[in-house]
Amino acid sequence: MQAELIEIRNHLSQHEPFEDLAPETLDKIAGRVDVAYYRAGSTITEFGQTATDLHYIRSGAVEIFRRSGELYNRLSEGDIFGQFGLMMGKTVRFPAKALEDTLIYCIPADLFQELWETDEIFADFVEIEDRTRLRTAVARKGKSGDLLTDKVTRLISRPTVSAPDTIRLQEAARIMTDEGVSALLLMDESGPTPVMSGIVTDRDLRTRAVTEALPSETPIRDIMSTGLITIRSEAFIFEAMLMMLHNNVHHLPVVHGEEPRGIIGLSDIIRYESQSTLFVVSNIHRQQDVRGLKAVSKDVRDSFVRMVNEDANSKMIGSAMAGIGRSFCQRLLELAEEKLGPPPVPYCFMALGSMARDEQLVVTDQDNALVLDDAFEPAEHDGYFQEMAKFVSDGLAACGYTYCTGDIMATNTKWRQPLKVWKAYFTDWIENPQAEALLNSNIFFDLEGIHGETRYTDELKALVAAKAQKSQRFLALMARNALNRTPPLGFFRTFVMEQDGKQNDTINLKRRGTAPLSDLIRIHSLACGSRAQNSFERLRAVADTKLLPEGSVENLRDALEFIAIVRIRHQALAIEAGKEPDNNVRPEDLSPFERRSLKDAFQVLSNGQKFLRYRYHAPTGRQLQ
Amino acid sequence: MMGRQHTSANPANPKLAPWPERMARLASEARNPHLKAFYDAGCVAPETPMSQVPLVALDFETTGLDPNTHSIVSIGLVPMTLQRIRCRDAQHWIIRPPLPLQRESITIHGITHSDIEEAPDLTEILAEFLPALAGKVVVVHHRGIERPFLEVALQWRLREGIEFPVIDTMAIEAKLHPRRSPNWLSRVRGKRALSIRLPDSRLRYGLPHYPPHHALTDALASAELLQAQIQHHFSPDTPVGELWY
Repeated sequence: MQAELIEIRNHLSQHEPFEDLAPETLDKIAGRVDVAYYRAGSTITEFGQTATDLHYIRSGAVEIFRRSGELYNRLSEGDIFGQFGLMMGKTVRFPAKALEDTLIYCIPADLFQELWETDEIFADFVEIEDRTRLRTAVARKGKSGDLLTDKVTRLISRPTVSAPDTIRLQEAARIMTDEGVSALLLMDESGPTPVMSGIVTDRDLRTRAVTEALPSETPIRDIMSTGLITIRSEAFIFEAMLMMLHNNVHHLPVVHGEEPRGIIGLSDIIRYESQSTLFVVSNIHRQQDVRGLKAVSKDVRDSFVRMVNEDANSKMIGSAMAGIGRSFCQRLLELAEEKLGPPPVPYCFMALGSMARDEQLVVTDQDNALVLDDAFEPAEHDGYFQEMAKFVSDGLAACGYTYCTGDIMATNTKWRQPLKVWKAYFTDWIENPQAEALLNSNIFFDLEGIHGETRYTDELKALVAAKAQKSQRFLALMARNALNRTPPLGFFRTFVMEQDGKQNDTINLKRRGTAPLSDLIRIHSLACGSRAQNSFERLRAVADTKLLPEGSVENLRDALEFIAIVRIRHQALAIEAGKEPDNNVRPEDLSPFERRSLKDAFQVLSNGQKFLRYRYHAPTGRQLQ
Repeated sequence: MMGRQHTSANPANPKLAPWPERMARLASEARNPHLKAFYDAGCVAPETPMSQVPLVALDFETTGLDPNTHSIVSIGLVPMTLQRIRCRDAQHWIIRPPLPLQRESITIHGITHSDIEEAPDLTEILAEFLPALAGKVVVVHHRGIERPFLEVALQWRLREGIEFPVIDTMAIEAKLHPRRSPNWLSRVRGKRALSIRLPDSRLRYGLPHYPPHHALTDALASAELLQAQIQHHFSPDTPVGELWY
């Protein structure tokens, strides 16, 4: 007769991976366990001893160690350990010690084996450790709405409407009216096969032709947009959305090879995805003053929460929020030019930090600068740009992008300089690096021109890419600075557990997670001469160079994605609860799954930092944070 | 070393309890074959270190506290050693008492009248029950229940009783806390008496709360408590003779 062990069974049924097992299976496990009590401080398993059981913590707390004696994890009620010993060599891999008086349910090896072989959920849970588990965590996250899985071709409702680029303005307008399209693709038909040479949109007709009162005989070539931004026909809808956000265009020709397949418009995506972030963006571009922009800025947080609820990944959300941020800047600059008149010399408005990396979230300050033409004469021209900078900066502040506490804004004379001065700045930072100075200029190594003469910022990117990889001292000092902020070890009950076993109540996921990860990725990217700014793109560039050991690029990518998405979800929950979002997360607010995966991600970061120190011979940095 | 003149265990001096010898004598005197087999299994020598002693935690749920007027309602047991409690060999029986049941007592144990009506009499499970105890030292919380109730129940049914060594986790707590009642001054200050009841004793060792009044859960609870007591206050080398009665 099998006696029913209700207490054991009930407790197991409340914890992963047992909670999903069939009731009969739970009864069977409860009926097979051995119970063992361990006084605080006593050894539960020793390295190398035969692994006989899966250990389940019924009460108390256990510390798991690496073979080196280094603390690996701290576990409490409902956690399991010993699975790796059972699956691998049948000897204990991670020794365990009771941290408190502890009661353990020991599930025998043969039963473990049976569960492992027959139950998929159980197997998934126990098999997957560290990196692999993190990958599953990220993949599981990736399940998604249509925006993520549908191809752009879905949005093409009709064949491309095109015309030779030799036609006149009036004819172009007539074709667009007859065909009922808002964009007309123009083809250069002078060669053997026609090639796309430009595009003209309703908006172009209004802003360039009508307001300028151009004669109807004007060649369309004079007003069409060239340097076409196109999208591949196999791309996903969200990629089209990001491309529009990034480039501030409302129409994208879809191409298959060189051949146009159709044009998709902003409105197609908005219709497809009515809650789209693009809606906010197009709204921003319609506003006529700061008051209007401020009103639109109230929708930004809703748009953020919506994307989170639609299971968008961190890259999409970061890009979308950066796209919104850029749109505010762009519209404010247009308004400034309307107010102040045309600029006396060409300029480029430069975004720095998270906006430049396409990794912006909702809690963000403004980091920007002005790169002016080398013809800039301070006495003559700076009055204009000073006013422009102030207008934009105040406008951004009104829209929720707080002033930069480090004064990295175009309003600061130092950061409102001609291109040659900027080149000298970057050259000095790279060739005569000082640790303290680099700490402050770190943010300039994420840069993106978002309005005006973006070729200036392209030149700066090229300069950085060429010089940085040659300056070992620069890379070493950047690496040293990147080691200032370290991740915690993981979580224990309601605490964040530090590497030294100390415990904190909350963790700042930006300072202890995403920021040190982006720092680390930036250095590898600079070392391999990449011009990419986005962390995920930087990782792709790094992967191509074989700079990092096999697999570490994927691990870093997964770690960044996971920490970022937990941070994002935390902020979305705060917004939904009517609270001010921040980066401080309490362990009790995390699910067991998030806690485990975050721990894995912290481990990846920690290993990444160790490698960084070794790879760039970073001098010993300051301790912790 | 110990005189054969001892006819019963000596609670005042448990070290002197000559259990192996007594079990041998009882085996020769027993008439019931189940009892004879039980005694034949014998028991470990008193000097055996606790780490080597086969144990079985036992708990009865009864209709009251007096073995002469109340009955056994259920029996739970779980074999153990100092290292491991073996749930796979745990057993639980509901017993049909020959005496009328007190209704409130039944509800405490969560056992219904229909459970009882379908349940076997104690004699019907002896063939399973006694072998589960044979050769082991029994662990109980409060030795005033299991051994006396079993003694009376078997006397009544078989005309012969039963004796065996027990380790009493409540007695261990009592010895560890000899002055449990606070003096008048502490009482005035609101200090309460230290409880040696099973749930309260378990709390002192960081053991989890189990709902009471289920014989198997209580047996498991006592088993865990003994492991904790030995680790905190004794040693695996403590001779069993220092602990049994």
